[in-house]
Amino acid sequence: MTNALTIGSRREKRRRAAVAARRRARSARPPWEEPPTAVGRAAKGLTLGGTLAVILVPLWIIVLTSFSTPGAINRAGGLVIWPDGLTTDTYREMLSDPTVVTALTVSLGITAVGTAVSMAVSVLCAYGLSRPRSFGQRFVLLLLIVTMFVSGGLIPSFLVVTGLGGYDQWWALILPSALSVFNILVLRAFYQETSSELIDAARMDGAGDWRILWSVVLPTSRAVTAVTALFYAVGYWNSFFNVMLYMPTDSQKWPLQYVLLTYVNRANGLPGSVNSGFGNTQVQTAPLSLQMAVVVLTLVPLVIVYPFVQKHLRTGVLTGAIKG
Amino acid sequence: MSTAAPERPAGHTRLNWRIRLRRDKSLLLMTVPAVVLLLVFNYVPLFGIVTAFQEYDPLVGVWHSEWVGFDQFQQLFGDPAFWAALKNTLYLSFVQLVLFFPVPIALALLLNSVLSERIRNFFQSVVYLPHFFSWVLAVTIFQQMLGGAGVLNQFLRQHDIGTWDIMTNPHTFALLVTSQAVWKEAGWGIIVFLAALSAINSELYEAAAADGAGRVRRMWHITLPGLRGVIVLMLVLRLGNALSVGFEQFLIQRDAVGHEAADVLDTFSFYYGISTGGYSYGAAAGLFKSVVSLLLIWGANRLAHAFGEDGLYRK
Repeated sequence: MTNALTIGSRREKRRRAAVAARRRARSARPPWEEPPTAVGRAAKGLTLGGTLAVILVPLWIIVLTSFSTPGAINRAGGLVIWPDGLTTDTYREMLSDPTVVTALTVSLGITAVGTAVSMAVSVLCAYGLSRPRSFGQRFVLLLLIVTMFVSGGLIPSFLVVTGLGGYDQWWALILPSALSVFNILVLRAFYQETSSELIDAARMDGAGDWRILWSVVLPTSRAVTAVTALFYAVGYWNSFFNVMLYMPTDSQKWPLQYVLLTYVNRANGLPGSVNSGFGNTQVQTAPLSLQMAVVVLTLVPLVIVYPFVQKHLRTGVLTGAIKG
Repeated sequence: MSTAAPERPAGHTRLNWRIRLRRDKSLLLMTVPAVVLLLVFNYVPLFGIVTAFQEYDPLVGVWHSEWVGFDQFQQLFGDPAFWAALKNTLYLSFVQLVLFFPVPIALALLLNSVLSERIRNFFQSVVYLPHFFSWVLAVTIFQQMLGGAGVLNQFLRQHDIGTWDIMTNPHTFALLVTSQAVWKEAGWGIIVFLAALSAINSELYEAAAADGAGRVRRMWHITLPGLRGVIVLMLVLRLGNALSVGFEQFLIQRDAVGHEAADVLDTFSFYYGISTGGYSYGAAAGLFKSVVSLLLIWGANRLAHAFGEDGLYRK
């Protein structure tokens, strides 16, 4: 038992050493390249470090402020840069705030349903266009690509959606922008590269196109599926303009981004949240920590999902960029 | 299961279309939902362009609205607000071209010279992140850092230097929105350049070094020619989109800096088309933008071909 364990860990150690060696080899300076000067190294480090700081420091300040006590925020005179007094009260307060909770539910709902719709339609369409020389393929492809260059513009789209009765309807936030032709083309490019032996073998076994898509193509292209789903999900999570167009009045249907815009960016008072001290009648801005907590809330799903797809990001996006 | 379906790669003989249709009907069926969505939400609005030639009245709809020919356009071209929006759009486009465009190239070159894979990966993870933020979030972050109550002014006030409100100053608005665009998108923009860099054959560098070429010469004679194709492609795309400088970003900040500085063609179409109910007027502005954009894409592509590059599509 112990023996097996040590062998296992030894093997693990060896594996890790091999990975590290490979990384070192890839990271090594080629022998013909002259070593950089001290000034060059410093300049490079400063630029890279500065770039990172420009992105990370604001995020740090916002997250820290959202976790800070009122006293800490007072002492800092606003946003908190160094940890002073920490508390999670703000988050407890936020999650009992009806406006924020409703908005969070709406955002999650739109993102989940929208991504499901977009992915289903896109995957089907991409596979339908991915088999060589299939009937009508060129025509449908043309139909798709034309929309990348020609559009009716904002007003005609608005008139179509409202003409179909989309005002104040959930589908108006999802269907008009459900498809990204670019994403479909990326998926298609990947499906075209699915090994034709696998597909032919499945066909020999009597599988039809639906079966092949579900059991052969989808399982072999998980990475691009994940990345495409991320792009769609981020799009839905981030959208606010269609809310402004199609349901600007009913604050019960506002997603998080719109709440962020209204109450944090434009600093209007949160309505109907008596417990946190925002007046319903007089306009009173929310405490800074609560505002920052809402900012963090819009960030959290991105930060949770990001690491999972990040390793696929380069490959997936690249193919799209090159083929598209 | 139609077992009689012939093998798909049918060789050189073209099959009868009826056989091909029967063979591929499930494939066609799969594209139906997407085609329906595109027809309803992309192609029907194309016909909605006719509203630009009407005095559209929402009560009677497109079919019964009065036709006015080019009246909307006449009015549009006599409207100083429209010209101001066009001027803003072109100015912002120019500023973005000069200040935004080179940043991803420079970052990609810099990152490519970093040896440690771990640092490269970490850097990429961080700089890609803001691309996934919404404009609401990005503008809010800028506001919290640089706005009247933001970190910068907090610091200035505490040291009695006097405040500097960047977020509401119309004169520096072009710089502000460009720096926001750089913050949010420049990191993401390095992807294509990194790909082009990794496609350059490293033996070229070794051979050049053996021939005594230094860093600068290698950069000039190997790296930049290797990037030329993708740089031209990006320029073509940028020029083709010269009239699209961003929409949500301006919508969000319009109130803070005033419409004189923040109105671009897209927001003009929105404010004069939907907010005030002048649908036909907004549609006319939108159509103007679409037509000029198509011409720009075509022109930019011609330019790319003239430089011997592929551009958006091959000649």
